[in-house]
Amino acid sequence: MMQDVMTMDPKEIIARRVALEIRPRTLVNLGIGIPTLVSDHLDPALGVFFQSENGVVGLGHRPPEGMTDRHLTDAGGTFTSAVPGASIIDSAFSFGLIRGGHLDLTVLGGLQVDAKGHLANWMIPGKFVPGMGGAMDLVTGAKSVIVAMIHTAKGQSKVVPECTLPLTSQRRVDLIVTELAVMRPMDDGLHLLETGPGVSLETVLDQTEATLIVPDNVPQMDLSRTI
Amino acid sequence: MHLALSLHEAVEMIPDGARVMLSGFMGVGCPDGLVHALAKAGKRDLTMIVNDAARPATGVGPLVAAGCVRKFIGSHIGVNPDLQARMQRGEIEVELVPQGTFVERIRAAGMGLGGVLTPTGLGTRVAEGKQTVEVEGRTYLLEPPLRADFALIAARSCDYVGNLTYMLSATNFNPIMALAGETVIAEPEEIVPVGVIPPDAVKTPGILVDHIIKRTA
Repeated sequence: MMQDVMTMDPKEIIARRVALEIRPRTLVNLGIGIPTLVSDHLDPALGVFFQSENGVVGLGHRPPEGMTDRHLTDAGGTFTSAVPGASIIDSAFSFGLIRGGHLDLTVLGGLQVDAKGHLANWMIPGKFVPGMGGAMDLVTGAKSVIVAMIHTAKGQSKVVPECTLPLTSQRRVDLIVTELAVMRPMDDGLHLLETGPGVSLETVLDQTEATLIVPDNVPQMDLSRTI
Repeated sequence: MHLALSLHEAVEMIPDGARVMLSGFMGVGCPDGLVHALAKAGKRDLTMIVNDAARPATGVGPLVAAGCVRKFIGSHIGVNPDLQARMQRGEIEVELVPQGTFVERIRAAGMGLGGVLTPTGLGTRVAEGKQTVEVEGRTYLLEPPLRADFALIAARSCDYVGNLTYMLSATNFNPIMALAGETVIAEPEEIVPVGVIPPDAVKTPGILVDHIIKRTA
């Protein structure tokens, strides 16, 4: 198993680790990019329903070749399918689910996360302004928020003492999962919970600009585990 | 005015400088015929109220490319480099609104509410210059209604009295925007006799719809 894990793509490591956080029979929203990969690692028997902001509760996988239909896409505009038991809602209802405390978990990508657990993921002033889309509502309203991202960008740590990019929400995220570490922001600071498969504590500390609270024993991610 | 209009007649109604709501999410559930007709007519200075800028060839993209848009109000512009470039050159003003706030502001306009109180955006750039309101110990941002002169709707089916249905994720903003436009123009994929759409299946009652785009044989 560890051999398998050691050769895994960093994005797959993140997706597989995040999948272990998902509870049976919950409503989950996955963001674009790495978060989308999470559903590949879940047993359909868990009864998890995936929501997409554009109004699907019960998102399925990509349809077979030639079976796509322009009336059914995910929040990235990609053709998708729906699982048995799915439902369709309009955009107001969809964001009502998100803000109203009905969404159990959202998994989002990040540009920066800081020691206080604040997330920045919607603009780089003067460089790129994609817009927040549904991210501000998701981070503000979901019962639980997990940030799933590569630990660094262009050699720079994305886990920083304080976000320099505009915040997505003032809400503290619940968990940060990268290919190098699992971290939890709490009142007293950012706790290191696990290191990535085969990743040393020194590597994590070296690649993390924020101060981490490190326990005596830091376990490695156990990706052989199932829910 | 007749309920059914040609694309040409519909576009004639929309003047330069109009505030136009356009449904769709990444171009899905967008009335493409109306978009292309507006672009071809060379409209100018439109304020487009639309969730996202889609990609250059989809959704509001063709209107942006034809230089019809003066202002864009929506939540996401990340995959339309054309709009990004026009924004940087100062040709298009962009107002970014969180998606949930965007749709609630439209709903407020359509349902006669003076705005909405939302926690979304608190403590971020979105809150700058906005009033906050405390209710039952929680703080909210006061967001005003968002209305338009025209709402352009994409429907799956329409009957002779204008009742509309939508299909799957092409539903998105359509039923909400159909409440918030001074004039509502729907572009259906099919037109069916009254009675074909069961009352329970109607998502937008025909009384809200001012005009339907004629089907061309």
